[in-house]
Amino acid sequence: MSHHLRVNPIACEAHGLCAELLPERISLDEWGYPLLDGGPLPPELLTHARRAALACPTFALLVERGED
Amino acid sequence: MRRRRARPTEDALGGYGSLAERSPVPTVLARPDGPPAGLPRLLAGIPARGALSLGAHLDLHGALPPVLDPPSRGRRGSSGRGSSALLDLVEASGLRGRGGASFPLATKLRAVVGASRSPLGGRPVVVVNGAEGEPASAKDRTLLRSLPHLVLDGALLAAAAVGAHEVLLGVCESSPAALDACALALAERGAPHRGEPSVQLVAVPSRYVAGQESALVSFFGGGSPLPTFTPPRPSARGVRGRPTLVSNVETLAHLALLARYGSDWFRELGTPAQPGSALVTLSGPVAFPGVYELEYGSPLLALLDAAGGATAPLRAVLLGGYAGTWLDASLLRGVALSDEHLAPHGATLGAGVVVLLSADACPVAEVASLVRWLASESARQCGPCVFGLDALASVFEQLVLGDAPGGLASQRRGVRVRRDASGGAATLDGRDATPRLAGLAALVNGRGACSHPDGAARLVASALNVFADELAAHSHNGPCAACARPSELPRPRVARRDSSERSLASPLRG
Amino acid sequence: MTPPPPPLSPLATVGPSLAWYLTRSTGAVALLLLTLAVALGVADVQRWSSPRWPRFVVDGLHRSISLLALVFLVLHILTAVLDTFAPISPLAAFVPFVSSYRPFWLGLGAVAFDLLLAVILTSLLRARVGARVWRAAHWLVYACWPVALLHALGTGSDVRSDWLLVLSAVCLAVVFAAVLVRTLGSWAAPARVRGLALGGCAAFTVGLVLWLPSGPLGSGWARRSGTPTSLLGHSSAAGTSSSRIVVGP
Repeated sequence: MSHHLRVNPIACEAHGLCAELLPERISLDEWGYPLLDGGPLPPELLTHARRAALACPTFALLVERGED
Repeated sequence: MRRRRARPTEDALGGYGSLAERSPVPTVLARPDGPPAGLPRLLAGIPARGALSLGAHLDLHGALPPVLDPPSRGRRGSSGRGSSALLDLVEASGLRGRGGASFPLATKLRAVVGASRSPLGGRPVVVVNGAEGEPASAKDRTLLRSLPHLVLDGALLAAAAVGAHEVLLGVCESSPAALDACALALAERGAPHRGEPSVQLVAVPSRYVAGQESALVSFFGGGSPLPTFTPPRPSARGVRGRPTLVSNVETLAHLALLARYGSDWFRELGTPAQPGSALVTLSGPVAFPGVYELEYGSPLLALLDAAGGATAPLRAVLLGGYAGTWLDASLLRGVALSDEHLAPHGATLGAGVVVLLSADACPVAEVASLVRWLASESARQCGPCVFGLDALASVFEQLVLGDAPGGLASQRRGVRVRRDASGGAATLDGRDATPRLAGLAALVNGRGACSHPDGAARLVASALNVFADELAAHSHNGPCAACARPSELPRPRVARRDSSERSLASPLRG
Repeated sequence: MTPPPPPLSPLATVGPSLAWYLTRSTGAVALLLLTLAVALGVADVQRWSSPRWPRFVVDGLHRSISLLALVFLVLHILTAVLDTFAPISPLAAFVPFVSSYRPFWLGLGAVAFDLLLAVILTSLLRARVGARVWRAAHWLVYACWPVALLHALGTGSDVRSDWLLVLSAVCLAVVFAAVLVRTLGSWAAPARVRGLALGGCAAFTVGLVLWLPSGPLGSGWARRSGTPTSLLGHSSAAGTSSSRIVVGP
């Protein structure tokens, strides 16, 4: 069972915490909005991904289970 | 939940659900003289003025076959499950949505039925999408204004297919004629009989994104007509949390004829992958712009001929809508109108939109106005769309207006832009704009909650491809003489003509 | 030879008690932490960051310090209720103006507590209540803080002592600066609203400065603020230094 990152672009307000907490998979575009590196999350990044999702002030970052 | 007392007569006769389950896929013909051959199909009998009355509609097409009558309203149990015979019929026909995505209708119907059977499902709702916010499309309002009963038949059939008791008929508020015609048509039919779903006519905003599925669902649920984050999709959770079927006006019109004449008849026209006929709106320098009916796979040239031919030398054609794909005019000769034929060129028919561009116009200026329009139509909910489309428009405007500064003050909900963001305000200084445009298009693609930025990216990417020379010239030399001309791309008016001339009489397979 | 001062005992009914010390200290710390939380909150919403202070640190600190302020506030309330010197019932912690000890000024404490609870609970349950409700509730912080300060100055028995006055002044300066940054920064509100916010802040400060000498720093404040007469007899003469333990002037 794989996990994937997804952003709710409506909720996202470009706070940028996610890119600080998961730089391996998230970078910011020129306006501060997240660019997600697609693909499944390896187990060693899963905890960091969840932490990043919890840190998001608007709950815009989602860690989802399964294929999409 | 209180159990209703069973109504003996309906159940004894087998009602709708069980009778439908026993009968095969119907090929019942509604008219004694057989189904119409060739074209026109939808546009058959379209009046030059006003709407086709209920009586004339029934004379022309016949009544709906009784086996496909909508289910009795009062029963619980199987009546909420939809009609599997109707679902099989739609699946056999291969009918695809005509709203732009070309999604198979059977799949959508089954998704709604499946969601309604789940524990939290609820009774489905049917939403008829007549918003038609695409400025270059007039087919939906044509159907609603002139052939409302065809659409209403389709809506009631769709309700029967999914077991809905409620139909919400959304008609663009910018077309009072369509609203009036639908209101009159509903009055002609009278109040719903026992078992028929109720139909409510609602004026929907003409804003571009309002016609998006989730935006429409949000609007009907009392919210704003703006797209929402999916999942859940409307087919699972839509209006008031219920499984919702959102279907385009033209799709339902096809369903109305399909139910009468069967799937074999439906597949007599078109291609195996895209069966049937389709309405396209043709605009630009052509003798008779307007709404035409053709079969999928017809050559584009045949459409031009039917419309009286081009009135000016052509530079390019825009397919799919204002957020569609450009094709060079040199391809016009070889291109056929179906998604599989257009796919190698990276294009689709979308909502049946064909816009011609003359060689006299400045393509950069036209694309600039399109991109600025797309930017202004953004729902403004997602950062990449708000900033990205504005940046794209600003770069184009620099090419057309000279070094006029663009850029957007980023004051949306206190959102800040990173200090090193160049936005659109950076002047090009004679450098080629193409890399910046290509980069921006790639940056916005897929990063919104709906496909609005994707459409803009598609438009720009195809423009970079087809108009590469003009773009390079504008980058280095500034605005050209044609930049100041008024735009050739207004909202097209539908040419009201005789139905036999409107459709392609002799389909030529390309 | 003067008699030795009465020994400290947690449940003494007369004179100083451990609970009383704890009430005052935890209250002061709670005010300090609340001030810090407000400052960090403004830094958070202004998206301030530096290489050594990334956004997630600012945001995380804001949340942690707010919770810590709540912890100290709860201790402050517990010790006040347990202290049998002044009759403060548990109910008075939540329902304003029902206590018999300085009802108005203590009641302000209850108001501040309720407001802070609303802010923190909506924040903890943000995913459930939704962004709109959360945001609306969070604005209550700007009501909570001044009420808390007024409570400290009106209820507290240390108001005449230097340390509380200095602490209050510093906290007020920090919050004033935070409001300045917020209103003059990228807050997307019309100029009229921003002007109102700044004006309100300035008016509060000026009002406070004008009120203090005739209020808590004036004579007979203990009686005027509603201390029950049975407790008033334990007061020493006015004008005592901060090293003496006093109930009130």
